Amino acid sequence: MNVNKDLQNERNKCSFNVRELTEFIDGGKNRTLERKHIEKLILAQKDELFGGTPEDYLSHKEKYERAIQTNVIILKIVQDFMRDANGGDLTNYRDVLTTLLNFVVSREGTPFALHFMMFLPVFLSQADEEQQMEWLPRAWNCNIIGSYAQTELGHGTFIRGLETTATYDAATKEFVLHSPTVTSYKWWPGALGHTANYCVVVAQLHTKGQCHGIHSFIVQVRDEETHMPLAGIRVGEIGAKMGLNMINNGFIGFNHVRIPRRHLLMKHAQVLEDGTYVKSRNSKLNYGAMVFVRVVIVFDSVNYLSKAVTIATRFAAVRRQSQLKANEPECQIIDFLTQQHKLFIGIATCHALKMTATKLWDTFNEVQQQLRGGNLERLPELHALACCLKAVSTADTAALAEGGRRACGGHGYMRSSGLPQTCAVLDAACTFEGDNTVLLLQTARFLVKVWRGLDTLKLTPTVAYLRTTLTEGFNDKWDNTVEGIIKGFQTVSMRKISECVSCMAKRMMSGMSQEEAWNMTSVQLVAAAESHCRVIIISYFHEEFVKVSSSFSPALRRVMKLLVELYTLYWALDKLQDLLKYTSISKTDTEQLQERYEDTLNALRPDAVGLVDAFDIMDEILQSTLGAYDGRVYERLMEEALKSPLNAEPVNRSFHQYLKPLMQGKL
Amino acid sequence: MSSVNPDLVKERQKCTFDVQELVHFIDRGEEHTLERKELEDLVLSVKELKDETPEEYLSHKERYENAIRKASLLFKILQKYFETHNLLDIFSPTNKYRVQFGVLKDVSPFLVHMGMFLPTLLHQTTPEQAAEWVPKAQSMQMIGTYAQTELGHGTFLRGLETTATYDAKAEEFILNTPTLTSFKWWPGGLAHTANHCVVVAQLYTKGKCYGVHPFLVQIRDLETHMPMPGIKIGEIGSKLGYNTVNNGFLGFNKVRIPRTNLLMKNAQVLKDGTYVKAKSEKLTYGTMVLIRVLIVTDMAYELARASTVAVRYSVVRHQSQPKPGQPEPQIIEYVTQQHKLFIAVATSHVYRITGHWLWDTYYKVTSDLDKGNLEQLPELHAVSCCLKAVCSRDASIHIDDCRLACGGHGYMKSSSFPFIQAIVTASVTYEGEYTVMMLQTARYLMKTLKQALSGKAITSTVAYLLDFDKNSNRNWQNTPEGIVIGFQAIAAGLTKAAYDEIEKHEKTGLDYEDSWNQASVQLVRASEAHCRVIICEKSWLEAQRLTKSLSPALSKVLLELVELYIIYWALEKKGDFLVYTKMQKDDVMQLQQRYEELLAVIRPNAVGLVDGFDIRDEILNSTLGAYDGRVYERLMEEALKSPLNAEPVNTSFHQYLKPFMTAKL
Repeated sequence: MNVNKDLQNERNKCSFNVRELTEFIDGGKNRTLERKHIEKLILAQKDELFGGTPEDYLSHKEKYERAIQTNVIILKIVQDFMRDANGGDLTNYRDVLTTLLNFVVSREGTPFALHFMMFLPVFLSQADEEQQMEWLPRAWNCNIIGSYAQTELGHGTFIRGLETTATYDAATKEFVLHSPTVTSYKWWPGALGHTANYCVVVAQLHTKGQCHGIHSFIVQVRDEETHMPLAGIRVGEIGAKMGLNMINNGFIGFNHVRIPRRHLLMKHAQVLEDGTYVKSRNSKLNYGAMVFVRVVIVFDSVNYLSKAVTIATRFAAVRRQSQLKANEPECQIIDFLTQQHKLFIGIATCHALKMTATKLWDTFNEVQQQLRGGNLERLPELHALACCLKAVSTADTAALAEGGRRACGGHGYMRSSGLPQTCAVLDAACTFEGDNTVLLLQTARFLVKVWRGLDTLKLTPTVAYLRTTLTEGFNDKWDNTVEGIIKGFQTVSMRKISECVSCMAKRMMSGMSQEEAWNMTSVQLVAAAESHCRVIIISYFHEEFVKVSSSFSPALRRVMKLLVELYTLYWALDKLQDLLKYTSISKTDTEQLQERYEDTLNALRPDAVGLVDAFDIMDEILQSTLGAYDGRVYERLMEEALKSPLNAEPVNRSFHQYLKPLMQGKL
Repeated sequence: MSSVNPDLVKERQKCTFDVQELVHFIDRGEEHTLERKELEDLVLSVKELKDETPEEYLSHKERYENAIRKASLLFKILQKYFETHNLLDIFSPTNKYRVQFGVLKDVSPFLVHMGMFLPTLLHQTTPEQAAEWVPKAQSMQMIGTYAQTELGHGTFLRGLETTATYDAKAEEFILNTPTLTSFKWWPGGLAHTANHCVVVAQLYTKGKCYGVHPFLVQIRDLETHMPMPGIKIGEIGSKLGYNTVNNGFLGFNKVRIPRTNLLMKNAQVLKDGTYVKAKSEKLTYGTMVLIRVLIVTDMAYELARASTVAVRYSVVRHQSQPKPGQPEPQIIEYVTQQHKLFIAVATSHVYRITGHWLWDTYYKVTSDLDKGNLEQLPELHAVSCCLKAVCSRDASIHIDDCRLACGGHGYMKSSSFPFIQAIVTASVTYEGEYTVMMLQTARYLMKTLKQALSGKAITSTVAYLLDFDKNSNRNWQNTPEGIVIGFQAIAAGLTKAAYDEIEKHEKTGLDYEDSWNQASVQLVRASEAHCRVIICEKSWLEAQRLTKSLSPALSKVLLELVELYIIYWALEKKGDFLVYTKMQKDDVMQLQQRYEELLAVIRPNAVGLVDGFDIRDEILNSTLGAYDGRVYERLMEEALKSPLNAEPVNTSFHQYLKPFMTAKL
């Protein structure tokens, strides 16, 4: 491979073993080998997968067709591998899913995403055993392809407001699904447009004249042979979007469609043959799938951010611009401190969020064990945590990827850089599966509840600091270490929640209802929930690093420690106004923090390329002219440009049709 | 308008001011409103300019062809229009020509012809050159573009590699592209549209390099449109947005052009190859500054588009049930929503007002230039750099917030947000990348502070740097005027801190440029603070001046918006206020309260305010933001236009999906 000289120099400079970090990121040596094995299988079909006109030049319809063509190839490779590797065992479903998501080859998503991300998990968590036996093997083998339809044209976040009805008819032992209005059309489900033939539909369950709220039903949408929509079903795609155009998002409306009683997913609630409704044991049980999906979103967002920072960092090492000193050659833009400021935080964020999400995931699994024993104590806490973590992670990764894109100047605007598509995916995550503002308010609700019961409640681990920081004798003397900053953030979060609660109390005293007071205070409540989330991420990152670092070589330990430091300092400086307002930090402290931040950037500079190499994203998956491993940036930009169908002819026909007549005044 | 959504009707009844008065205010006079509407009627009544299948469903190539068709037809209409109207107002901050968004969602392939090629021919040529070229360019016999940036070189102009070497014998320049990185890359219209191009290249004569100069080069045959000999040309490929602009690349293999194709208003090369210097190097700033100045009002318009969509949608959309048993409220009732939207509305007004101030300043400075007075150019340059950077970056953030405030539906192309955002986000990096612009202003600040510290007089926009000691001791006032003074104290403080930081690094033995780099994160902050001073101060003063002639009802609303903007930024930057001014924690609480009060006061006027932007449905192009608020119906209608929805089963099912699902693949 002919590697760009600057990039090679960077690699020679790297102070740690890149492979060691890669294996840590993958979760062990074997996982790295596994991944590389699948990569080899994919590369064996390189031409079919990556040949032809780049997808960016196709029409919307052609893009969809290409997506189906390539994705079945990938899916088959991964499926065969999984079957061989663990014989269809779904106990660690997240690993399966992570593997699948790693190999999405289109930069605009895959029409099978929903099948694996929502359809299967919802089935696993909401279908009873018999239903699982009936449907899961077919779904897992992709004999049927599913989607998950909850959101409606007029209803998103507030699921109690959904309008689709499922009315039980005891005479025929069937549910009748119906969409009474335009606003009740299901809208958004991925794959639903033209791909899925089954769908989990969330609808208001009516039986014996009473509404029991929303429940999940499995509905066949298209004929298995002809793929034609079934009678009474109106289905199609919702149209072009900012990104993720390969997901095939669809709409669906029901005109009195009948489905068997047993198509209600009955793990939690049931309707008996005579129409009697049997309640779910605990309404909190439904949190499970939501926590799962949100954790998966965090992992996936990290995935995309690591692509963006790989591209931006390698480009910054290759690109030269401006003379720092007269008569010297133009310097690599990665030498500019302002550039390091934009990029290195992205690298640190990948690790911080991944470690936090892993920890949340492990805790979630522990809690699931407890659930089976009937212990629901920690479920609200986990739910609150997953909410704010999803919100903050998607917002941060979207902003940092966008920062990385802009750090590549104009070239980051090219689709061949891969950055616009990456940013578009991360942007979408800010509103799907719970709009970020709504999710932060959910976390705030939990925090306010805890705050009000501070004297009496038994505090679960992630909120224990609310009491500690308030206790008399708590040492609030500012200290510029990572631990000191974490303590500072805890104080900020505690004070903000306290302020929100007293602000609401004041407003209620002046005659507002509780709901009005909540609404008036909501801008501050969102900020408080964010602060809480910052406490969690920074402290988890720090703690987890301390825990795992004993197994690192000294060189890797050093560089990872710098990343923890960088991450903490970055947020301390970013939230300086909060620290100034709520803690005893002084102006001199802030100046020292700024200086240490700049020193940390300098210390990380020589390892920057090594750090992104460690994400080990192969060129075919990265698909970027600016970010390829060999750094042949300009050659690739030109090569990709020449693939544009417009460049196949020197003169486009529109010249003769319109341009020439216009020039000659004959149009 | 037969059936307007009842929620929107109610909002319109609540409005406390006369929307038409606001419309006239924004257009800067009723006569300009009428003129704008006349042109809008003229263009939008042409049936051939409407698409059956929306642009976003076409292939890249089809989109280009469709764009040329529509842009040509549009130009013809404009040509006729210019027979009776002044053409030159196209280069001023007016909303009249935004009607183009009603024709092309993703920008015209003639954009650079009108926006850069023509102004360059007007400003950088001798009278003889202008007489020869300008009429041709105006009538489109000559379709041009402007090629400066190269594949490997952007911001750093001196680093350009393309050469233009004078051959005195033939009285010609020889243009050459020595390397891959020296290919011109990006110019709009260059790929398949333009037949001429202003090329910026390193001028060599008599064995010496005189730096970059502009040359006019014919790149395609006027009859056949084939590339001229020695010219390698094509398009650079698909992008985030601007996909119909037809950005191209261009390489020269020893292409000869006449000596007189060097644009010679400033520098000249005589027949014998003697180089005659320009009176001042600063004179070439002209076009660059003009474009940066216009970006400020462009951003005001984009914010108007985005907030119109988001506000109307927020009135129509109902969600959640804070109070059990009651209907779901309009999402605009949520304070978190108002927090995202009203700042966008306010910022649009603030940018427009600031932009017009900047335009007037530009106008004055350039007319002084013609009289040989160059003194104010560096200051104008510094102001326009940071304003371009901050306005485009902030606009892109607010517009994205507006999009996010519409939840998933804002992600639909039919909402128009993706188009708006793609255009705005490009402006953060084009015509001077954000950070580079900020550092240019910082250089000016450092230079000025040095002058000030040595007791020399300094220019008006930075005069406050001298007062910084005084200001930080001044008692805090929770008023817009007080906040402006506070921002001055912050800018002065941060400027001084960055200055000291550079000195500190220099004392450790680093040279000035390395020290500059080490201090650059702080230099950018100082620059932003300076920019905030300018925006807040100018918009507050100008708003007070301009609203004097308005009705009390409208004047009140506009001043509330500017106040909202100022307080919003005071709260955003409260950390800086706590460090550099006498602001206390209690003051922060009070400002927060005043901010929430303002949100509540603006709330009933929200729809009236965006109606006042007066953007016609055909120009807005949004399912979520149309005047009638038929949001859900329009979403469905647009979805049904997707060619994928023309057939119930797509061919890929039989080809790939079914064999896969039945395990026969």
